[in-house]
Amino acid sequence: MADITLTIDNQPVTVPAGTTILKAAEQLGRQVPTICYHDHCTANGLCRICVVEVDGVRPLLPACLSRVSEGMKVTTSSARAERSRRTILEMLDSAVDLSEAPEIQKLLDENHADRARFPAAERREHTVLDDNPMYIRDYDKCILCWRCVQVCADDAQYTHAINFTGRGFDTSIGTFFDKSMPDTTCVFCGQCVGVCPTGALKPKREALLEQGVSLDEILQATRGGQKRRRKPS
Amino acid sequence: MISADRTVPTTCPYCGVGCGLQLHIKDEYIYKVTSSFDSVVNHGNLCVKGRFGYDFIYNKDRVTTPLIRKTKQAPGARSQAFDRSEWREASWDEALDYVAERQCEIYRRDGDGAMAVYCCAKATNEDNYLLQKLYRALFRSNNIDHCTRLCHAGSVVALQMALGSSAMSNTAAEVIHSDLFIVTGSNTAETHPIIALQMKAAVEKHGAKLIVIDPRRVEMVNYATLWLPEKPGTDVPLYSAMAHVIIKEKLYNQDFIDSRTEGFTDFAKSMEKFTPEYAEAISGVDKNLIIQAARMYAGAKNAAIYWALGIPEHSHGTDNAMSLIHLALLTGHIGRRGTGLNPLRGQNNVQGASDSGAMPWHYPGYQRVDDEVAAGKFEQAWRIEPGGLNRNLGLTTTEIMGAVGPGGVRSLHIMGENPMMSEPNLNHTRHMMEQLEFIVAQDLFINESGAFADVFLPAASWAEKEGTFTNTDRRVQRVRKAIEPRGQARADWQIVCDLAERIEKKLDRKPTAFWAYENPSEVLEEMGRVVPEYAGVKYPRIEKAGIQTPVLDDDHPGTPFLFADSFPRGRGKFHPLEYIPSVEMPDEEYPFILTTGRLLEHWHGGTLTRHSKLDELNPEARIEINPADAVRLKLEDEQAVRVSSRRGTIVLRAWVTQRTTPGVVFIPMHFAEAAANLLTIDALDPLAKIPEYKACAVRIVPAGKAELARPDAKVGRGRY
Repeated sequence: MADITLTIDNQPVTVPAGTTILKAAEQLGRQVPTICYHDHCTANGLCRICVVEVDGVRPLLPACLSRVSEGMKVTTSSARAERSRRTILEMLDSAVDLSEAPEIQKLLDENHADRARFPAAERREHTVLDDNPMYIRDYDKCILCWRCVQVCADDAQYTHAINFTGRGFDTSIGTFFDKSMPDTTCVFCGQCVGVCPTGALKPKREALLEQGVSLDEILQATRGGQKRRRKPS
Repeated sequence: MISADRTVPTTCPYCGVGCGLQLHIKDEYIYKVTSSFDSVVNHGNLCVKGRFGYDFIYNKDRVTTPLIRKTKQAPGARSQAFDRSEWREASWDEALDYVAERQCEIYRRDGDGAMAVYCCAKATNEDNYLLQKLYRALFRSNNIDHCTRLCHAGSVVALQMALGSSAMSNTAAEVIHSDLFIVTGSNTAETHPIIALQMKAAVEKHGAKLIVIDPRRVEMVNYATLWLPEKPGTDVPLYSAMAHVIIKEKLYNQDFIDSRTEGFTDFAKSMEKFTPEYAEAISGVDKNLIIQAARMYAGAKNAAIYWALGIPEHSHGTDNAMSLIHLALLTGHIGRRGTGLNPLRGQNNVQGASDSGAMPWHYPGYQRVDDEVAAGKFEQAWRIEPGGLNRNLGLTTTEIMGAVGPGGVRSLHIMGENPMMSEPNLNHTRHMMEQLEFIVAQDLFINESGAFADVFLPAASWAEKEGTFTNTDRRVQRVRKAIEPRGQARADWQIVCDLAERIEKKLDRKPTAFWAYENPSEVLEEMGRVVPEYAGVKYPRIEKAGIQTPVLDDDHPGTPFLFADSFPRGRGKFHPLEYIPSVEMPDEEYPFILTTGRLLEHWHGGTLTRHSKLDELNPEARIEINPADAVRLKLEDEQAVRVSSRRGTIVLRAWVTQRTTPGVVFIPMHFAEAAANLLTIDALDPLAKIPEYKACAVRIVPAGKAELARPDAKVGRGRY
């Protein structure tokens, strides 16, 4: 494929056509921050943390999705992009439990996010779903990055056990008809657990260990009986 | 949130795919398994066994102290002891001295023929190399085999006869370079889950077409262009009919046949009778599907064939595999990227255990024991007097069991295998186990076979020792010690060396064949000096990523696909074939064909997975019955049924499902409570000595729910 030359933060770089701004920046050693993006998954531009400013383009563009074009002038850290990132991080932090997402915590610090910006924000609150012997689902921690859904589908497993459910603020990851995992098409490969960036999906053994359950008890622990239930809002 | 004290990269202990694992350890406890997304084999993907199935390490039933039976066992009066109260704990010295003493006593009295060993396709190359060395160098016995005999022996023999080599010709990941591939006798999505992902991607993302040829409607059928639902045991007529079409329609590759093969004329003649009509009458597959499949395979640019145990596990398994090989030789779909003949190996290290010489007819590296030059080479390598090694072919797995008795096999050493689950016709196996004079078992758990033993030696698990596994596409990969062995458990290679030194001393064998290794890397280097394909495989080279054999020297880059320019035997050889029916065909008394196999959540005899949380996902045996048959038998889904063959009876739950075809039922092999192998037939393939696990005749009648081993077991059922 033909090569394309562009500038990123005033540095020229030449990459094959079809390359994303994210990868072109990486070639220059510049790391555009990402959250939902994963090298193993199809990029979907959901979290918008990777937005960059491109000369002559009105909206900010997600670097993970946007392809380079000849002569493009990209600024990865314009004031507008940084402000956008900061706001996204502040909103995420106001609604989601990010305590087990060290990479996002780091971004919050680096972007000087104000953690008290939305004090009255409603938090996402779900019951921890413990319906199978292999992993738990704690959707308080879910940022809806979509990676789990993608690896369950065409990015790896072709199992299609989980998908988005609900709308707007109530959007969550769920199963068809709210079935428990063993009753879905799930094969417990744990590809979803492997790509979860926030600890929302976690091996059950790790979760029990965290809760201080002794090793002996972990060995004895059987399937949890909790039904999937939303806390009343 | 737990942060790991350390993570240790290693290789999965379950199937032959050989996925890379990262073991996360906190306070010396493995609490999580992940996989690196740049792992060569699996790209970060795992299946349920690899990701969650390691907890058997910590099962409270695991044996971590050497055990000796309290009551002395005698031939004919041998019993199974599952209960720990029937054993007493012993020190390693006492246990190993006792084993050496008993074995040497039998050897001195009855000679090499009395000694037999089951090596282990779950153990490392180093473990297996040493154990076969012990039996060959000290007991001068070739009665050495392992479960490869029960799995791909037919494929191995056929590939050796036709090509001179016996491994997968290509790399599994190459499937995305095929424009057409055939999957046959393989439930790939459950038994090689990560290869199945690559196959699914090949179809969904790379435009490949898939033909599934299988009596069961396995998950991969969902991705197939064609599904040929053959009756079990009819592979030879079906594939020969495809060859017939390819010959008749002149779809073969004349250049390839001329330059790379021999025996075409005789072979073509033998194919004349295999018309599609004839094959349809035998296999039950519509002749138009057979013709279409033949045209698609021959017309493809790069076509590959993947098969698992549905092909070799027949009394004519070698012929079955041969009929597949013919298709590749006719069309030249071999020796290029995205083509090839690919037997998917079952166990994590069945390729490696075979390479390491855990076989009765071959030294390491498939060098025949009856070949003077080969024997001389190993006599020199192991410092044995000229003529000292046994030149007679040893007994195979099933033959060892058949030869038990006075004048035959008297002592059996079992490393990690479970013949009391995995042999066919288990009632017979039980009888033979009872007749043994001495049994030593080396394992993690007292399984159905270990329960018969006199001495139980607690082995370290794969996470507790160093070594290498060779996966299905010949990739030698590192296994690393992530944690200390539980209790007093020891690595198999250490147990073998320690025992060998004692036996050597008792038998006064001088000079020593050498057992004083400090590290398994020295064992692999020794093996590399006698096995040319492993000459360049050394630990420092495989620290980061594995390397595919043959690796002929330190600079050799490894071999992703075989046979680019020639076959090891020179020309690929066609073999004329005849159709031989399965030994037991359905009749009025036993009207169903039983075929057996594996499930996603379990592993073979169940020693590991039934001691894991995996068991909760799939806790009981179920017989798969087609809805049409269920109607005829007036059976409902989940009802208890009694299944009988001429050899045994089991009770289990019915699963009425389209996964199987009318007239064919399927039972998984993992469940001791309803062991499928109580029913299977111990008929053997005459060349490969592989038993006919995939076809025997059974009868099904309703049973009472209370007769089930676990009447209240619940299987969550959403997955295919």
